Formats: sequence, structure tokens, C-alpha cells
Amino acid sequence: MGVRERLGESFFTSRVDKVVAWARKWSLFPYPFVTACCGMEYMAVSSAHYDLDRFGAAFPRFTPRQADLLMVVGTISHKMAPILRRVYDQMTEPKWVMAFGVCTCTGGFYDNYATVQGIDTIIPVDIYVPGCPPRPEAVINGIMKLQEKIEKMKQPI
Amino acid sequence: MEASEHPAVPKLQQAFGDKILDVYTFRGDVVVVLDRSVNVEACQLLRDDPDLLFNFLMDLTAVDYLKFGREPRFEVVYNLYSLMKNLRLRLRVPVPEEDPVVRTVTHLWKAADWAEREVWDMFGIRFEGHPNLKRILLYEEFEGHPLRKDYPVNKRQPLIGPKN
Repeated sequence: MGVRERLGESFFTSRVDKVVAWARKWSLFPYPFVTACCGMEYMAVSSAHYDLDRFGAAFPRFTPRQADLLMVVGTISHKMAPILRRVYDQMTEPKWVMAFGVCTCTGGFYDNYATVQGIDTIIPVDIYVPGCPPRPEAVINGIMKLQEKIEKMKQPI
Repeated sequence: MEASEHPAVPKLQQAFGDKILDVYTFRGDVVVVLDRSVNVEACQLLRDDPDLLFNFLMDLTAVDYLKFGREPRFEVVYNLYSLMKNLRLRLRVPVPEEDPVVRTVTHLWKAADWAEREVWDMFGIRFEGHPNLKRILLYEEFEGHPLRKDYPVNKRQPLIGPKN
């Protein structure tokens, strides 16, 4: 029998993992791990002018247990590294990590004894947003790229 | 101010004689170089003399003169200020590499506590009598003293990451 004939255009069909992916990509709860000057740029991104709510990613959670996007914003020193690792470990699955700014991507120009040369030496990173600091547009681009990534990935339910 | 006009200079010279190694003016600041055997006594005199009253330790830091080929290698620098008399004075205390120890001035100025810990952290100069001489900026497992000029620029400390 034709369900479509009986109910018309009042429904659509999909797959569960696609629906979950859609829900996850539009409700990213970021945890801002802000350590340095990139934090100013993070504030610009997260305030009304750039309106991250368009991407469902505007509502920062200040506990890692409620967040699913770890935004590492600013230089990470060796002394800070165990704390970052611990915050990452406290987040519940599924979780994603954004390296915000060139210091978190590679260490940036802090090629010295104190700075971690890229946070990917400590925790897995899903999206890199270089820049010193990155423009809000670059961060939004990063979030959109991350959304694409979330959409395509296998969804553990 | 010229060194000859500074009221602290004759008092220090009278009290410590040949322990005062040099007195000069650099860009308007009077600098006194003195032997490390009298650093605490000189600081005490500068702080307590009623004509000087250097009650404010503005900064305490160190210099590594390795690439200058100078002996001794290190120098601990005290920047003093007298709020009552509006005077400034810089003390330089040479410290040899093989025995990098200076007596602490934490009992004279509380501000010296963290500054001396930072000098220990970065230069490895110990402060005898300091109440809590441990690293302040770096972590305890850190090997070496990174502001020494012979600390390798590319040296990485293995803390948690394999590549660092």
C-alpha cells in the first residue's frame, strides 16, 4: 500500500543515524578552554554580532561534563597540559576538539621551553583554526567544517 | 642623578669599603656593584638608614653573562626605591657559576620571596636562607634552568606528549 498516497506530504523518511547526526551537528555545546589572548577573539565570536546560534553552537557550558566541543583557545604551556588532558577526559562521548589559534595548532611562535608544540601531542584534535588570532569568520568556517565532519561520521548511539 | 650626588653611595662606601666593587651612573640611574658577602648587610643599611629608607624592592632579577665572556658569570640585580626620599638605586651582585649562591633578603622585603624563587627557577641561583625555595613558574619535574644562556633553545621537556 502506498503510505505516501494516504498521508501525502505530512512526513518524511530518514535513517536514525542521520537524524542523530543532524541533531548533534546543530547542538554543539562548546567548552571554552581559554588561556590567552585568543580568548578576546572567542568573545567576539560568541557574542551577538557573529551570532553562533545560527549553528547551534553559541551556548558555552562551563563544565566539561555538559559540553561536547572542547575549544582550546590560547597557548598551552607544559604546566597547563595535564589540566587540559584532564578536562578532555572528563567530557562525555561524543566529543570534538577545536584547536583555536595557531598556538594550539603548532605552538605558534612560542618555540620555547614552556609551550606545548601543538595540543595534538596531548589530545586528539578534530578541527584546526590557525590564525593569530583567527578572525571570527575563520572560526565560523571551522565550526561549519566540524559540522560537515560530524554529519559524515559514524554515529555511536 | 650623578653617582657622586646620591646619598647612599658614601654611606655604602664607608660601611663596606672595598666590598663595593664599582659605582657608576647609567642613563640617570645610580648603580652600585658589590660583593655578595655583604649583600644582606648593604640591603639592611639601605632600608633602615633614616636618610635613605629604601622600603620598596621594585625588582629582583638576574643576568647571565655567558656570551659576554665575563667572570663571574651571573649577576643578581636589586632595583630599590625609597618612597619617603624619592630615591632609586640599583645593586648588582656578581655570582660565580661554580657556586651560585646568594643570601636571601626575604626577611628585609617580603617582595623578594617570589622574585628569588623566580631567579632560582630560571637561572638556578640559590638563595641561602629562603623560607620556601622551590620552582614558581615551571613544574617540579622540569630539568634545567631555561633562562641560562647555555640552555638549548630547542630542548623539549618530556612531560606528557611524545613529541614535546
